[in-house]
Amino acid sequence: MHKNLPKTDVVIIGMGAAGGVAALPLTNAGLKVIGIEAGGWLSPRDFAPDELRNGARNWPQAVQKAATEAPTVRATSDQKAVQGGHPMMNAVGGTTMHYWAQSWRLNPWDFNVVSATRERYGVNRIPTDSTVEDWPFGYEELEPYYEKVEYAVGISGQAGNVHGRINSTGNIFEGERQSEYPMRPLRASPFTDLMSEAAQRLDWNPFQGPAAITSELYDGRPPCQYHGFCNKGGCHVRSKSSTAFTTIPKAADTGNLDVVTYARVTNIVADHNGKVTGVDYIRGDEAFFQPADVVLVASYAYENVRLLQLSKSRAFPNGLSNNAGQVGRHYLSHHQGSPVIALFPRDLHNWYGLPAQGVAIDDWADDNFDHRDLDFIGGANLWAHTDRKPMGAAKMSTFGLVRNWGSEWKKFIMENADRSNMAYIQKTTLPYEGNYLDLDPNVKDPMGFPVTRITARYRENELRIAEFSQDKMEEWYREAGAIEVQRTGLGNAMGASTHAYGGTRMGNNTETNVVNRWGFSHEVPNLGILGASVMGTSGARNPTLTVQALSWRTAEYLANNWRSIAG
Amino acid sequence: MASKNPIKNNDKQAADQPLDPSRRNLLKTASIVGAAAVGSGAARNVIAQDSPRSSASSSPIAREALEVLTAEEAETLEAICDCLIPSDENGPGAFEARAVHYIDRALASHNKSARENYMVSLEAINNYSKQTRGKPFYRLIKDYQNSILAGVQSNKVPGCAPSGSGFFNTVRNHTIDGTFCDPYYGGNQNFVGWDMIRYPGIRLSASETDVAQGAALEPNHQSAYDHDTYTKMASNTAMNQRGGSDNA
Repeated sequence: MHKNLPKTDVVIIGMGAAGGVAALPLTNAGLKVIGIEAGGWLSPRDFAPDELRNGARNWPQAVQKAATEAPTVRATSDQKAVQGGHPMMNAVGGTTMHYWAQSWRLNPWDFNVVSATRERYGVNRIPTDSTVEDWPFGYEELEPYYEKVEYAVGISGQAGNVHGRINSTGNIFEGERQSEYPMRPLRASPFTDLMSEAAQRLDWNPFQGPAAITSELYDGRPPCQYHGFCNKGGCHVRSKSSTAFTTIPKAADTGNLDVVTYARVTNIVADHNGKVTGVDYIRGDEAFFQPADVVLVASYAYENVRLLQLSKSRAFPNGLSNNAGQVGRHYLSHHQGSPVIALFPRDLHNWYGLPAQGVAIDDWADDNFDHRDLDFIGGANLWAHTDRKPMGAAKMSTFGLVRNWGSEWKKFIMENADRSNMAYIQKTTLPYEGNYLDLDPNVKDPMGFPVTRITARYRENELRIAEFSQDKMEEWYREAGAIEVQRTGLGNAMGASTHAYGGTRMGNNTETNVVNRWGFSHEVPNLGILGASVMGTSGARNPTLTVQALSWRTAEYLANNWRSIAG
Repeated sequence: MASKNPIKNNDKQAADQPLDPSRRNLLKTASIVGAAAVGSGAARNVIAQDSPRSSASSSPIAREALEVLTAEEAETLEAICDCLIPSDENGPGAFEARAVHYIDRALASHNKSARENYMVSLEAINNYSKQTRGKPFYRLIKDYQNSILAGVQSNKVPGCAPSGSGFFNTVRNHTIDGTFCDPYYGGNQNFVGWDMIRYPGIRLSASETDVAQGAALEPNHQSAYDHDTYTKMASNTAMNQRGGSDNA
């Protein structure tokens, strides 16, 4: 039934943030790579500055494969799981086409949360029901790969620590870097200046955050135009350093990459010896088997886990690489909600700009402050940014000052549409017993395969950070002159998120982890896994750059050890 | 450009309108502007006649098909939208933006799944109006309309779907969308929504000087689709020039 295709060296499932990066070191090493992608090619002409289409109507991701297989969500296993939306998109370049593009390195503390916490605060400070482990290596081991990706993809930012030299215009808490960013940070705005000055009065350390967006001409791509339709819309001038405009075309230029678009992988095939032999996929009405020496799964956390769980065989009756029962475990989605909203007494000039054009505070993130008298570990990155469009502005909070319709309300938004701001607060989130991904027993995709079911909720540690960080954010807004400050709820269920981690965690212990320190399966020697599904901790910042550094590292390891892995 | 004048106007059609038409005749010509002027009560009539924009003699009446809504649903919805974002002493509102035209089109396409809730809820609101005030919603004076709409929001008007507050939130969202969206979609006519909140408009590039000006920046009144690069025609041309294989 499946048409057999000629064998290739490597199949990568998913040409997004992770797969799109891994393709470059592999093809540079001369390996033949086939990238199987569920979406198609998009171009800058597809990214019209259209708030209704891109935002409210969620084009193009509303019509894609991911939308038909959105996970179901429940907080605890005694509840019924309900299907919501899927936060990611299918395309060559994946969600890097339209993401915010904040591109952080994790803090060194995020790699060894367990040992660092024990050392500083004693053995009892790790939440008892958490399954968190130290990563199998420290920040220093990933540092060279962060640097490779920052230059290959194109990241703008201000370094805070190069060779131990601290620069207070950058992040003074970051791990030591070997080089500056390839581009200066995105420009400040009247609003980020207002917030930076307020932070300085509080004796905090504000800095412009790093972004996968050009701040100057870079690698043939023009600088950011700050037009304000970056989030969801994608970039009309290719300033956003999506893999579709950076590493993927470079990999294709080697002649060693073929991208198969609009293809749905349905099964990763394993032989009786427990090695993978290739993948089954469907394109249009046709079914194919693509044989390969090595398979890299790079289809985002939910689909990575689902593909393994669906791929059952004699050698892996409970799903591929799941004989230890760890696929789907240690799942977490980043606590990035519970924002604080402020109203200012004058216009903020935020009609133009982008979410990555912001000012960050890391003073209350990770272990950058003393937790001895606190009842949680970790912390939050506070982010104040420019991003406003008219429909969203009209739907602004009324701060309880007027009813939300009628003449009084109209007068309110006429005055205040450009005077509010919502903070983005990313918090340390841990994995826990009882938080996991499995196949939903009831809900299926249009092809009849079960969708992923998320059973997960935030615990005390996350909720305490949320409350603590809201205090800090309110203090910051008040110092900047806000006249009203509103907080939202602290959160409960971990819904389907753009920051989903775990499910195929990386670690040395084969009983509690799916992949080894190089990203290859403990159980299947020629199966590698790319994406945040291998990450065991979230840090307090966006995952993509870490995902890309890990992907480069796994790909480079594969190229350097080809015979032992593929053989 | 279509987006600068998003609704096709027809002077001849407007001139042919009877001066004091019955509501039914107006609806037959699919002229919602005129219908609303009659249907929204005395205050609306004054505004409509005083406003050059909606006066038949000095401004063309838009030709708008009803793609989904019935005539009475459209009239009821027009009155609701005018309560939500009123035309008042502070300037035009959802009526001038043609939010109802936007919603009607959206219910035929992207928001199709909301259509049944609109049908059920608009009828429930009219039934409640008739029972409590003796007239359908769109014939009531503004004060009564506002009080009934507040009742919808607080779940005091029976029969709305999925609930009073649920329908209220839907129609509020859609009215805002129709007032502040890109004019291509049939609302925000003449950019009245963007002007209302002092949005200076879509620009493909915003300089530091532009940003520094804030609301003092001259509104440019452009739709996204005033930029050729995003139109169908431009896509076709570009594809032909590049042999249809522009991959990245």
